[in-house]
Amino acid sequence: MSTATLDVHEVPTGSRVNYLNAQYGVKSWLLTTDHKRIALLYLFSITLMFFVGGTFAVLMRLHLIEPQGALVQPETYNKLFTMHGVIMVFFFLVPSIPATLGNFLVPMMIGARDLAFPRLNLLSWYIYIIGAIFTLYAVISGGVDTGWTFYTPYSSSFSHTSVIPTALGVFITGFSSILTGLNFVVTIHKMRAPGLTWFRLPLFIWAIYATSIIFILGTPVIAITLFLLGLERLLHIGIFDPAIGGDPILFQHLFWFYSHPAVYIMILPGMGVMSELITCFSRKRIFGYSFVAFSSLSIAVISFLVWGHHMFVTGQSIYAGLTFSVLSFMVAIPSAVKVFNWTATLYKGSISYDAPMLYALGFIGLFTMGGLTGLFLASLATDVHLNGTYFIVAHFHYIMVGGAVMAYLGGIHFWWPKITGRLYPDGWARFAALVIFVGFNLTFFPQFMLGYLGMPRRYAVYPSEFQVLNVMSSAGASILGIGYLIPLIYLTWSMRYGPTAGPNPWGAKGLEWTTPSPPPTENFEEIPVVTEDAYDYAHSTVTRG
Amino acid sequence: MIGLATFGSTFLSSVIQAPQLRPEAASSIAEGVDHLYFVLTFITLFFTIAIFSTIFFFMVKYRRRAENEIPPDTEENLPLELAWTIIPTLICAGLFLWASSLYFENSRPPSASTEIFVIGKQWMWHIQHPEGVREINELHVPEGVPVKLTMTSEDVIHDFYIPAFRVKKDVIPGRYSSLWFQATKVGAYHLFCAQYCGADHAEMLGWVYVMSPADYETWLASGTPSETMEKTGEKIFNKLGCSSCHQPDGTGRGPSLVGDYGKEEDLKSGEKRLVDEAFIRQAIINPNSVALKNYPPIMPTFRGQINEEQVLQLIAYVKSLASEERNSNGK
Repeated sequence: MSTATLDVHEVPTGSRVNYLNAQYGVKSWLLTTDHKRIALLYLFSITLMFFVGGTFAVLMRLHLIEPQGALVQPETYNKLFTMHGVIMVFFFLVPSIPATLGNFLVPMMIGARDLAFPRLNLLSWYIYIIGAIFTLYAVISGGVDTGWTFYTPYSSSFSHTSVIPTALGVFITGFSSILTGLNFVVTIHKMRAPGLTWFRLPLFIWAIYATSIIFILGTPVIAITLFLLGLERLLHIGIFDPAIGGDPILFQHLFWFYSHPAVYIMILPGMGVMSELITCFSRKRIFGYSFVAFSSLSIAVISFLVWGHHMFVTGQSIYAGLTFSVLSFMVAIPSAVKVFNWTATLYKGSISYDAPMLYALGFIGLFTMGGLTGLFLASLATDVHLNGTYFIVAHFHYIMVGGAVMAYLGGIHFWWPKITGRLYPDGWARFAALVIFVGFNLTFFPQFMLGYLGMPRRYAVYPSEFQVLNVMSSAGASILGIGYLIPLIYLTWSMRYGPTAGPNPWGAKGLEWTTPSPPPTENFEEIPVVTEDAYDYAHSTVTRG
Repeated sequence: MIGLATFGSTFLSSVIQAPQLRPEAASSIAEGVDHLYFVLTFITLFFTIAIFSTIFFFMVKYRRRAENEIPPDTEENLPLELAWTIIPTLICAGLFLWASSLYFENSRPPSASTEIFVIGKQWMWHIQHPEGVREINELHVPEGVPVKLTMTSEDVIHDFYIPAFRVKKDVIPGRYSSLWFQATKVGAYHLFCAQYCGADHAEMLGWVYVMSPADYETWLASGTPSETMEKTGEKIFNKLGCSSCHQPDGTGRGPSLVGDYGKEEDLKSGEKRLVDEAFIRQAIINPNSVALKNYPPIMPTFRGQINEEQVLQLIAYVKSLASEERNSNGK
């Protein structure tokens, strides 16, 4: 893909200067402006948050083994699901792929030496950390029990828990998203290597670009909403609580105006990762490049117009309901187009079963299920029954865990040799992909059934007829938990003990693979000149190494 | 498209008979919702299986046979792209029309509905029948008769959910929401709060008892209600001194409420508003926001002085004044 020639095979990794060994010491990390080091700072922070949020989930599932609750008081259970949601959504899923893989890969994929604003990039991480500290403080100071959705007037006038520190944490972290989005948009517009036209960009870049637009346009709305919530809670200014003259439904409009597009913040980068994995492991050009690229943009645009489908049972007018319903069906189409194009890319390919590909296949299966069950909720008549039940819980976990987390793990496994310069044990990685896939389905498939049977979500105790399905779900959760621990162990192990990786262990196309592993601080000795389309496997010889 | 979908749903009716896949269907709309649900399930399984089998087929057939194998390019295929854009669009359009028409038909209660009032309060359901019978966490309704619930909340947002009826509606402080159903099967069914409302959200549940109309009448009669809702409302009306301004002959400082319910009123703002439950509630809680054109805005607010149940009783009384007029006109 590039005319720059790199003779990396002859230099052993240990003696070569790269971004990891260029400088040592805590200060060299905390004051770095290197996008690759910042990506690692994010990687460690969000991994920590993922396991904190995951621990809450495990406790919830353990509690729900018994109908009367096996572990904690209802008040504690309410805090568990709230903090699980807040941490997973705002501190893991939203930053996950953009802030780690995006940070690492955007400059490398477009042939740049860094992002457009390297210091702003470091600032984003610090803002994220400050936000995370406020939220973790809320956890330690007794927790918060409003649900991650902060619905008013419960959150503003009734809850006696740490609503303000939590909301402040989310508010602050939002600025980190906005700055990251700005940085990506400017970088992608201004810093592409010579010859790298928009339609030669890897689809990961298109996905990150679409995500960045949502970051910039959507995040300010959640910031304003939480600010108003804080005003009402602290100063009793009537905004949302009807007892002091407010409108509780206004909060839901504002909240979902951000939080529905936020679902696409979580899934669009995952779709970008998918396009990279599927092409590499079938050695094919993506089928329907422009359809896949524009489907990302149309998802980003339509995602701003569907928030009302969270509110079909609030008593909004029938005609508003019809409008949001038809728009919600529309947003399903570009997602379907992507799935079909990924499948068609495999046709007559040369398909290998490396670990990242197994995660990719897991993504397609779980995302397809998640997307199609979304139709049940876009349909007005069925949504009335399913809204607020476990069906919703199952649906969005299929998208956000089955989809986004699968893609994130696939991406981490794919680019791990590039990021760390080390290989992980492939057998363990494939085994973990399988364990996660099985554990995930066992956890969340029974929840679809629970939902249609009528079990509401956020119940600390439940009627005993729902117990069998709940026990199945809890059993699945323990398998899923183990599935997530396995990669944590072997990836950590590989950083020190893994065999050293060559510049391109998968035989992949893309500028990032033309650099040594790990790359030097400046990424490219010479800025490459691009003369080919993305994924042009057919016109080159691929060598893994 | 709807015809096709209906055909599909008939085909699937046998599947629906299997137990454990759906809750009991005990209302007039439950079967229709279930048909849609099972067609959606069928579509989901069909596409998931189709995509997965295609992928597995490709994975086996086109597995990498040599380490440096380079497959040739596949030509872009516009007709194929259009096909898999248009076909899902048509399926979605069909589902939208079907689901929406079902929703639309079910959205308005028949005019001859029995009215029952619901107040959600952390963490229990207060229910009052117009005849005066009160219940907590229990709702008795007659079979085969449309029932309309008028609901509000004393504190936070709750949600009134009866899975067996496939109905659900948020119960929101500061406003009335309504829900209707027609029960079709005698029995006891779960009533859940489906909107998280605080510590004991999971215990804000109860039972809906569907009774034959005769049994229902007996139950109502044996419920030893002290007085009907409108009677209680009349007492509150007099006790709060409403009657001193709202005199029946219209000579008071405020408008007469006889025949007021269901009429349109001209507001000072120039707006016209229908006098319904929501309007009366607003007039009691926040009178200045609905000040009438031809009257001085002197009514004090009763916010904090009466609870939601008493507001509903007042409304019942004002409504009874409307029918009183109709009756007297008829005579």
